[in-house]
Amino acid sequence: MYAPSSSAASTATPARATRGWLLPVGVALALAVLPFVISSYQQDLVLKVLIYAIFALSLELLVGSTGLVSLGHAAFLGIGAYVAALGSPASESASVLWLLPAAMGSAAAYALFVGVLSLRTKGVYFIMVTLAFAQMAYFVFHDTRIAGGSDGLYLNVKPVLGTLLDLDKRVHFYYFVLAALVLTYALLALLLRSRFGHALAGIRSNEQRMRAVGFRTYTYKLAAFVIAGALAGLAGFLLAVKDGVVNPDLLSWHESGGVLLMLILGGVGHLRGAVIGAVAFTLLKELYSSQGIVGPLADHWQLTFGLTIIAFVALLPKGLMGLTARPKSAPARARPAGAVTGDDDE
Amino acid sequence: MDLTTFLIQCLNSVQYGLLLFLVASGLTLIFGIMGVINLAHGSFYMLGAYMAFALAPLFGPQFLLMLVAGVLLAAFFGYLLEWVFFSYLYRREHLQQVLMTYALILVFEEVRSLLVGNDVHGVQAPGWLAGSIALGERMTYPVYRLFASAACIAVAVGLYFVVNRTRLGMMVRAGASNRDMVRGLGINIKLLYRCVFAAGVALAALAGMIAAPLSSVYPGMGGSVLIICFVVVVIGGIGSITGALIASLLIGFVDTFGKVFFAELSGLGVYLLMAVILVWRPEGLVKRNY
Repeated sequence: MYAPSSSAASTATPARATRGWLLPVGVALALAVLPFVISSYQQDLVLKVLIYAIFALSLELLVGSTGLVSLGHAAFLGIGAYVAALGSPASESASVLWLLPAAMGSAAAYALFVGVLSLRTKGVYFIMVTLAFAQMAYFVFHDTRIAGGSDGLYLNVKPVLGTLLDLDKRVHFYYFVLAALVLTYALLALLLRSRFGHALAGIRSNEQRMRAVGFRTYTYKLAAFVIAGALAGLAGFLLAVKDGVVNPDLLSWHESGGVLLMLILGGVGHLRGAVIGAVAFTLLKELYSSQGIVGPLADHWQLTFGLTIIAFVALLPKGLMGLTARPKSAPARARPAGAVTGDDDE
Repeated sequence: MDLTTFLIQCLNSVQYGLLLFLVASGLTLIFGIMGVINLAHGSFYMLGAYMAFALAPLFGPQFLLMLVAGVLLAAFFGYLLEWVFFSYLYRREHLQQVLMTYALILVFEEVRSLLVGNDVHGVQAPGWLAGSIALGERMTYPVYRLFASAACIAVAVGLYFVVNRTRLGMMVRAGASNRDMVRGLGINIKLLYRCVFAAGVALAALAGMIAAPLSSVYPGMGGSVLIICFVVVVIGGIGSITGALIASLLIGFVDTFGKVFFAELSGLGVYLLMAVILVWRPEGLVKRNY
């Protein structure tokens, strides 16, 4: 008598867990066959989307999972990109084996420095301190000649990994980026399920209580900040290799704001939201600014893009993920980051 | 650096700081009192500058009259804008407001490009302010810069008086500290917010109009001002007008003298200052005391 009900109960959770994994895996497989069916222009666009998805995921660890809204995340993207460009010799290929860790490590090191200082502040002040540190990095690259000044640098010879991998080859690079995205997603998904991830969620909903329970919340936040910085450095490395050029605009607040918008657009509080947001943001921008699709309106893409975002804000308060949310689980996610963005003192 | 040059740099610092204060005071009012992170605030500064460009030929030497007309237009615009776009944002998360106001920046920039184009324009200071006065034997200082500082001081004093000494100011301060209580006391908080927003827009536009003859009028001029103004607001302490004044002057001096002494890294100075101050005092220089 008990057997059917107990087995139904025990299979319910794994079934949902499997379904939870099914969609990302399906998307990854679809992306894996994509290069065979699309043009090289579309492939370039897809690459851009994938790299920005990594960037958005890295910020999601801070904004969605920990409740730390950073407006200086582009600094880490830019540092990763600059290290990739500076570390590539003019005439021979650098090895991915050391260049990638160097890019991610430099970004993580700057994140450690910024995190140690900025995590002392909260809410809006945190937003602004992270912005300040990003602007500092921006001006260092922009105003001094250490890395080409405002013109930036070229990365002419793409890095390789022995004879196995040549990032100059389109196909190699495509699968490299795809693998990076899949690994980033998987890493973050595992991280959020671990004790560490639960501690971050606790900090997001009530940091004071977490401290009272005995967690050293500062250390947890710092760890999250450094991991997010390293992953943003990964995105920067990939962006530099894809475009073959880096410039200070990569570190500007427009870039930091853009990635934050991707998260909000997608829906803060889900890894998928970050990816969906990156896809929607990049594609919408591309759509509205391409002459072939919208005709002369392309010159005024800011207008159409801006109005679309206003419509999104008005109609989708929970981002694009709000469209897929089951009504039952909606209230629990209703204010994922609202409490941390400023009103602590009111 | 001799004394005259030093004096001139000081005057420049004060003038730049006061202009920043004008933009930032509007931002800190909207930010501190209504709790809205308004990224579009820089666009109102740009709006003011372009208004000066458009209105200057109409008014000619009546520069003060033009400022009044521009302020009224901007306030009316702000009133409408709050009504249409912002009034339903207060109950939303801050992040939604960020998204919305970012979209407004894009729309404003594009509308500006459709109306006026993307050229850089200059605005002439009116004839009676165009000269310069002698400082020392060789140096001169433009009268218009002195006028800009004086105008900003006048507005700052007026603002202080209104916020701290009038009934309206009392309601504004009360609204900042406890919105629901103010509503409970029978004050029309919606109207109050709408007026505060209109005033914030008017202040930014006034700053833009005053700045127009000093700098040129160009696309994207709102963006750089916006970030510096957020720095001012945060250094000063959110919602504090006094803090905004101190912070603007501080930034004026750091930026101006940074350009003199460390031309290479002048952009860095302001942000370094902000980082140091926030690490030292995580809630800004002046904590809101109402």
